Amino acid sequence: MATATFRIWRGEKGQGKFQEYKTEVATGMVVLDVVHQIQAEQAPDLAVRWNCKAGKCGSCSAEINGMPKLMCMTRMSTLPGDQPVTIQPMKAFPHVKDLVTDVSWNYEVKKRIPKFQPRRPDAEDGTWRIAPKDVERVQEFRKCIECYLCQDVCHVLREHNMHDQFIGPRFLVYAAALEMHPLDVGDRVGELRKEFGIGLCNITKCCTKVCPEGITITDNAIIPLKERVVDRFFDPLTKLFRIFSNSKT
Amino acid sequence: MAEYITHEHDVLIIGAGGAGLRAAVEASAAGVKVAVITKSLLGKAHTVMAEGGIAAAMGNVDDRDSWRVHFSDTMRGGQYLNNWRMAELHAKEAPARVRELEAWGALFDRTNDGRILQRNFGGHRYPRLAHVGDRTGLEMIRTLQDHGIHLGLDVFMEHTVTRLLKEGNRIAGAFGYDRERGRFHLFRAKAVVLATGGIGRAFKITSNSWEYTGDGHALAYDAGATLMDMEFVQFHPTGMIWPPSVRGILVTEGVRGEGGVLRNRNGERFMFKDIPPLYVNQTASSEEEGWRYTQGDKNAKRPPELLTRDHVARCIRREVREERGSPHGGVFLDIAWIKEKLPNAPEHIKKKLPSMYHQFKQLADIDITQEPMEVGPTTHYMMGGVRVDADSQMSDVPGLFAAGECAAGLHGANRLGGNSLSDLLVFGKRAGEYAAAFAKEHSLGAVNTFELESAEKSALRPFEGNGPENPYAVQHTLQDVMQDLVGIVRQEGEMRQALERIRELKAASQRVTVGGNREYNNGWHTALDLHNLLTVAEIVTQAALERKESRGAHFRDDFPAKDEKFGTFNFVVRKGPDGSMQFAREPIAPMPQELKQVIEEMK
Repeated sequence: MATATFRIWRGEKGQGKFQEYKTEVATGMVVLDVVHQIQAEQAPDLAVRWNCKAGKCGSCSAEINGMPKLMCMTRMSTLPGDQPVTIQPMKAFPHVKDLVTDVSWNYEVKKRIPKFQPRRPDAEDGTWRIAPKDVERVQEFRKCIECYLCQDVCHVLREHNMHDQFIGPRFLVYAAALEMHPLDVGDRVGELRKEFGIGLCNITKCCTKVCPEGITITDNAIIPLKERVVDRFFDPLTKLFRIFSNSKT
Repeated sequence: MAEYITHEHDVLIIGAGGAGLRAAVEASAAGVKVAVITKSLLGKAHTVMAEGGIAAAMGNVDDRDSWRVHFSDTMRGGQYLNNWRMAELHAKEAPARVRELEAWGALFDRTNDGRILQRNFGGHRYPRLAHVGDRTGLEMIRTLQDHGIHLGLDVFMEHTVTRLLKEGNRIAGAFGYDRERGRFHLFRAKAVVLATGGIGRAFKITSNSWEYTGDGHALAYDAGATLMDMEFVQFHPTGMIWPPSVRGILVTEGVRGEGGVLRNRNGERFMFKDIPPLYVNQTASSEEEGWRYTQGDKNAKRPPELLTRDHVARCIRREVREERGSPHGGVFLDIAWIKEKLPNAPEHIKKKLPSMYHQFKQLADIDITQEPMEVGPTTHYMMGGVRVDADSQMSDVPGLFAAGECAAGLHGANRLGGNSLSDLLVFGKRAGEYAAAFAKEHSLGAVNTFELESAEKSALRPFEGNGPENPYAVQHTLQDVMQDLVGIVRQEGEMRQALERIRELKAASQRVTVGGNREYNNGWHTALDLHNLLTVAEIVTQAALERKESRGAHFRDDFPAKDEKFGTFNFVVRKGPDGSMQFAREPIAPMPQELKQVIEEMK
């Protein structure tokens, strides 16, 4: 058991300051355990959003020593013990209170993405046949727990606040999951180019680095989608072909 | 009337996990106006943590499976206290509910011929669980969420209901607050569906998320509905036990389904030592046969690690008590050993159990492809809940429905793994359908001003007190009491003690004081959850005292045997006019001949 110092952001609606707390850290504790301990013993009204505490729901996103992370999956033993640990809310979203931000924008964005549209069933009983290898590619994207850490770290949102022109890495992954779904026949390439602003991503891969699920966001989702956009809109031959066949690329 | 933010809907659904969302989809398809209230953000509900799969007799892997086998497995697992009609509907309808998810975008693991793959699980005779690695719950909730957002539902995220409102006998709506601003809301509705999940947070060691504070159970009870089977709390045999801060986090039964074995500190496969009579005919007689079963040999019987959860949990407890446990007070769960059998075992394990690999690596520095895990029982699931009509899911209160974990009946004395996700789908759909039909036939009920004011007053009380009690401390004490005195092995003296302590804590909860303001104040929210937690804790304890036998998940040290007298009824509880808890024995309805025959054939 060792005493450690924590600097936690306290305040409402963007106003606030770091407040210092000291508490005991036991073997195996994660940052969320510490926050709960401080809440129970020193700061009962400290606002923190969490749910499963097992890395599966993606609720407890925050910035720990400046790095976007899940509090429940960040072990204290991975942080330097001799310095105070800072914990602040995600920066890319409007602040509510203490460690809680308003992430409702993400829910609005998702509604705008055309939904899953399956092809006609393969069998008479209304079911489909999909080869095992064909589900694997998309299953990677479907691991997403919607913690929005990728949105938080993306400079297009974080630094440039272009929330109205760019849907962010989370929803490019979502669009990729739909576009590459073996049953889907929908077409989102036009929206990706225009309303969803895929061109604004300049593939710095910050999102991939912070993903707690290890999804290869940039290489496996965003770049293939960018290629589809390029093929559709900037390749003269494909463009011509599309005019005549009206098919999905 | 005081000013409340008022919303009017046909159907109000409280809870946005699998059952709530499935109900919302169905009600919305029926053309009524639907609201969904969730304590968390959308898509974060506890369903997200379900790992193993959805039980449905599709017969994709073993064509001997059928609804009849699934039905009899469910009844046997529940020690025949189940509502047989629910078990029948569940077994018959689950396959269609799974296929429907696929049509909405869920992407299950596949068989080689391209159909939905099914895996082995405890208590299921054939491979039956449709799954996506070990994150099936996430796939299910995301599919329902992404389908639901295009249906015009009104979703109230981070809102909590503290009271149900009635006009006379029938439901009229609900009263609650939003977490962000702490404002009070009045939700008027023609029908209300409870889909609030379980009660795991009444115990210290639990796999359940913070939301599991027995809200639906307590709301229904306070509104005059009947609760049933409240003594049956499932302790999942395998939760993490080390380090202490992760104690209770679930280790999926899928580990055992994929060939993982349980050993004590002497390396012994202790599950072979005690096989219950109901299962002798279905259990492997050697380790070799057990392994062949997990690898799909249709002639092999299942290994004893895949016996029902209640039994496995008690065997683990016995090993620990008799000092054959692991260093941190559990036993070893070993999947790494399969490298003796499979050439590419580490890769195979990572593919089949990715989130288990990740969870142990990250939280415990254990590589499960190389070394065994340490595991022990964790509070996991509530079999008991609101007593409902099997077909419609309506409670005794007209217009009040319940589905999923907060409803009782399907699982009897013990739930089989995988039967929860299918329960959510089958009965979530039914609740949505019947709630919509009820709403179409009724108008909005009137709301009683006095009731609203009283709900507001109780919600604000923690700010007005100047008592010394801290809400977190009261909650932690309750969790210790339930863990120590009403846990996996129970006896009268300890439970009487627990009742005393719960009554003291009830008094303490009235003195709880919180500071700060109403905006996103976790201390206040915790204080308001106490009423529900204490209500269900008392009911669970009282029901456990009443059942003087051992059956399924309920084990009494002082009555260690099953007593056939207790196999003919369910314990039900209602709130009396004077506020007292009134228990009664409700005889189980006689099973129709054709279902009896199914059970006979499957013996």
